[in-house]
Amino acid sequence: MGKKVLMKGNEAIGEAAISAGCRHFFGYPITPQSELPAYLAKRMPEVGGVFLQGESEVAAINMVYGAAASGVRVMTSSSSPGVSLKQEGISYLAGAELPALICNVMRAGPGLGTIQPSQSDYFQATKGGGHGDYHLIVLAPSSVQEIVDLVRLCFDLSDKYLTPAMLLSDGMLGQLMEPVDFGDYKPETVEKPWAVNGCKGRKNNFITSIYIQPDRMEQHNLKLQKKYAEITEREQRWEEWDLNDETEILVVAHGTMARIAKSAIREAQQNGIKAGLIRPISLWPFPVKAFESLRNIKTVLTVEMSAGQMVEDVKLVINGRLPVHFFGRMGGMVPTVEQILEQISELRKSPVKIK
Amino acid sequence: MNKVFEKPKSLGDKHFSYCPGCTHGIIHRLIAETIDELDIRERTVGVSPVGCAVFAYEFFNFDMIGAAHGRAPAIATGIRRAHPECVVFTYQGDGDLAAIGTAEIVHAATRGEKITVIFVNNAIYGMTGGQMAPTTLLNQKTDTTPYGRTAAANGYPIRVCELLSTLEGTYFAQRVSVHNPANVIKARQAIRKAFSNQMEGKDFNIVEILSTCPSCWGLPPLKALDWLSENMIPYYPLGVYKDKDIRKEEAASA
Repeated sequence: MGKKVLMKGNEAIGEAAISAGCRHFFGYPITPQSELPAYLAKRMPEVGGVFLQGESEVAAINMVYGAAASGVRVMTSSSSPGVSLKQEGISYLAGAELPALICNVMRAGPGLGTIQPSQSDYFQATKGGGHGDYHLIVLAPSSVQEIVDLVRLCFDLSDKYLTPAMLLSDGMLGQLMEPVDFGDYKPETVEKPWAVNGCKGRKNNFITSIYIQPDRMEQHNLKLQKKYAEITEREQRWEEWDLNDETEILVVAHGTMARIAKSAIREAQQNGIKAGLIRPISLWPFPVKAFESLRNIKTVLTVEMSAGQMVEDVKLVINGRLPVHFFGRMGGMVPTVEQILEQISELRKSPVKIK
Repeated sequence: MNKVFEKPKSLGDKHFSYCPGCTHGIIHRLIAETIDELDIRERTVGVSPVGCAVFAYEFFNFDMIGAAHGRAPAIATGIRRAHPECVVFTYQGDGDLAAIGTAEIVHAATRGEKITVIFVNNAIYGMTGGQMAPTTLLNQKTDTTPYGRTAAANGYPIRVCELLSTLEGTYFAQRVSVHNPANVIKARQAIRKAFSNQMEGKDFNIVEILSTCPSCWGLPPLKALDWLSENMIPYYPLGVYKDKDIRKEEAASA
């Protein structure tokens, strides 16, 4: 029986990680996630853990790589420009099959951008970002409670599949303060006989991502692809909200945008519009299964804080069965309930908008 | 019959694949002998670089991890902070440590990270075929300085021991060479100190080892050893650049 605490999104990431048995954080300040390293700088020593501010996001992801290889639960966090810096390290983590949590509290870009929220790192998170054939498990929360649940899930999936996982948050969620119930959660401990931490009593291990013979490298890649296929089959997650056989307009949104979309959908329903929502929670693997049956839906609207990134995956999965429309704002501007309602109302009048 | 010489336990059975005359072979052996002597094989974790020694983990017989180029000190930091009971060292070349890895090595040193760094300086990029390194000497010809390195175009070679010894976090920094038996013995002693310091909780220890690259220098192995002593040692003088033990002794006897 837990108790409810009022917490800020960024800080909830830290407390959730500690509850999941993570005792190692390596990071660097960047707005809008600096509250997280500040929180863990205080909390880690309290629980006998390690907090280290590295000299850059590059250094931090490599510290994560080292600690992950030594067999401990470890995490880093940053925001968009810093996550760009981490891409090399992320590719290495994936190639070396190491578990770790990377948090991206998205801000608008490209380049230095601004500190306000965005969802414009969807491509970076789900389509690579780093080099090579790999995927990150990407989970996108839409409330502070869900941040806690998904941080724990990230560590579990990461350890289970020996692959890095990303929590994709945004600047708004990072600042949001909401009640959270940490419950009676006990993290699972996972044996890691492959770790490098001194070869006493066993043969020496080594962690690497280089296999110089191409046939061996292909074998390694086939092994990774098999892993990703298994994750795709088993770990798709999504929320269906007000979706039934009467729904005519399907809205697809993740994270903060899903919350705003839900308000718009409620207002639309009051105006007699039959709208519902699918909220992808796993962005990779994308919840293809959620879109298998399109019931009586007539048209689809994807809303994002970007120029339109997730909408490409929505179009792929709809596969021509229905028209897919997009509405978004960029540069840190957040679509309002009114703007989304207007989009839904227009689609009600003409479900297919030819641009 | 007494056994007077054997392969160290800390070396595996795989034959070295380095070029004829490459001093990586000597340095690997010195490290392995040190780890055997200090009896720390079972708690050592080594971090291998990107460079000719990228496959070092195939030659050593203890836990090792391959690093991204230049990042070994950060990776060593992650391992050491997670497992303070381990003895952690990095093995890095001149590009790895003094070009792409400059931030990582400076900050590991200034943090006084309790690691040992073995820095193999052969004034060239060997693995990629002989390009200029930050430690390439003025007038030295390489693939990317075909007319000889000039200060005007490429600045001056970096003296790493001198640079790192200005940082308070650096406990011990010594530059040695392996171009003849007398210096190999001194190198061995420096490496031993750099490891035993770590075991005694003394922060950040680096041994810079002047080394040859006969293949990319375009010299036969013995001539390469001469080239090292005639050209590298004048610019990179051998010696101890930092030793907080000496500083303490001096303070105690003052």
